[in-house]
Amino acid sequence: MDDFYREIILDHYKNPAYKGKLESSDYEFEDENPLCGDHLHIELKTDDKGVITDAKFDGHGCAISMASADMLLETLIGKTIEDVKQLSKQDILDLLGIELSPVRLKCALLSLKVAKAAAYEMEEAHDDLVE
Amino acid sequence: MNSVISNNEIAGQFPILKQPVHQDKRLVYLDSAATAQKPLAVIQSMNAFYEHTNANIHRGIHALAEAATEAYENARTKTARFIGVADARQLIFTRNTTESINLIAYTWGRKFLNKGDLVVLTEMEHHSNLVPWYMLAEEKELRIEFVRVRDDGTLDMRHYHDLLEKKPRLVSFTHMSNVLGTINPAKEMIQDAHRAGAVVVIDGAQAVPHFGVNLTDLEPDFYAFSGHKMCGPTGIGVLYGKMDLLNAMPPFMGGGDMIKKVTFEGFSTNDVPYKFEAGTPAIAEGIGMGAAVDYLESVGMDAVFAHEQELTQYAFNVLADVKGLRIIGPGADVRGGVISFTLEGIHPHDVAQILDSEGIAVRAGHHCAMPLHQRFNIPATTRASLYLYNTKADLDALRKGLDKVIEIFA
Repeated sequence: MDDFYREIILDHYKNPAYKGKLESSDYEFEDENPLCGDHLHIELKTDDKGVITDAKFDGHGCAISMASADMLLETLIGKTIEDVKQLSKQDILDLLGIELSPVRLKCALLSLKVAKAAAYEMEEAHDDLVE
Repeated sequence: MNSVISNNEIAGQFPILKQPVHQDKRLVYLDSAATAQKPLAVIQSMNAFYEHTNANIHRGIHALAEAATEAYENARTKTARFIGVADARQLIFTRNTTESINLIAYTWGRKFLNKGDLVVLTEMEHHSNLVPWYMLAEEKELRIEFVRVRDDGTLDMRHYHDLLEKKPRLVSFTHMSNVLGTINPAKEMIQDAHRAGAVVVIDGAQAVPHFGVNLTDLEPDFYAFSGHKMCGPTGIGVLYGKMDLLNAMPPFMGGGDMIKKVTFEGFSTNDVPYKFEAGTPAIAEGIGMGAAVDYLESVGMDAVFAHEQELTQYAFNVLADVKGLRIIGPGADVRGGVISFTLEGIHPHDVAQILDSEGIAVRAGHHCAMPLHQRFNIPATTRASLYLYNTKADLDALRKGLDKVIEIFA
């Protein structure tokens, strides 16, 4: 347990570096986890080569969903939109570094689902995005 | 008043409560509004049925079939008596409260409600008393209006009476809220609705397990509840209906048991309640429900309610000075043992997860009442819900657990 709420997760939750809104964005998506009412909006800004130059998230949710969003966006700066499309569930689990029950897995993967739906410019996100 | 329930004695009758969680933590079960734990007597009644009596009911001539039919019908009679109903034929066995409400919507609602008719619900309903009516409203072009919930978690009765002026055909509300703990003044509300000419459905899922409910006194038209929230098994629920309404309703599902006669030309329906019970029912679960009724009667519903009232008051005291904690709903003196709260800056999922690590089981989320959470502008709450086997020690453990939550997030 003390492991679950690792210092790094609590730090990203309490002091998120990427929380807020961009003045303008090139890719964005928002979705919720109906099970717990978590809500997440992600915005990505890219240069003309498709490299992500800035990113922000906004919303509300548990420490796991919010920390995972902040940690994910931190790693995306300098990556391309194509890189976002290639992200997998394991990448998020590696970032968080904790074991998750099936219910909490949904919290952790909300950021991945929203980021990938943004990258694919989807109208609606599906769970198979985060397999 | 001192509770007549001796905590250790009652808790000792529930095998699961003796089982540690996370290797060595005592299980503190505060999620009975989701489902109640089962006493040994209920578990044994179902085992005994499978070991000694198992057969299909209402059809065999052999000894086991007759014994099984008698045991199942005996459970129906006991359950009817438990809620003050003399004629057990007025009890239809369903899977749960949700199926009971759907049954009303599918049969009575489809036949008797028409385009433009008004259905009155309340803002505190959970999804199973909302969605069946939404589905029916879409099909039949009905109008739905909601009685407002006041900031203190009680229904706005003035608004209720305003809505009754609009002559609704149907009024459906919960006897006790699964989020707020509010116990609605059902008898008065039923009488008012009847004066306005409406048929009244009561969702009793959180009521029947926790206090004495007498339908002869309340006189609703329909009343629904589940076995699993009252120490019985999952898979069995009840729909009570007034006889003239049940007789006028078309059947629900088609199949065996709900027919009198089937020919190549058609069928004729069986009598109430069998008309609504197609196919082989949940026989062992029905018998388990009967055992749950026996169990609760042996404790006494007045004692159950008094115990929960005492614990609810104790919980309010124990939680009073937890930093940033806000309880949603009415004060301790006018509510049942369902306590939903928010902790400032900490999401309910995180609260529940840390409590779980201490062996404390609570629910986190919207408790299948999303509109009600919207009403209070909160995405989710943490809910601790009580039952007869809970003790003050359980609430002390909750308090200690919350202190740990705050320490981790400080």
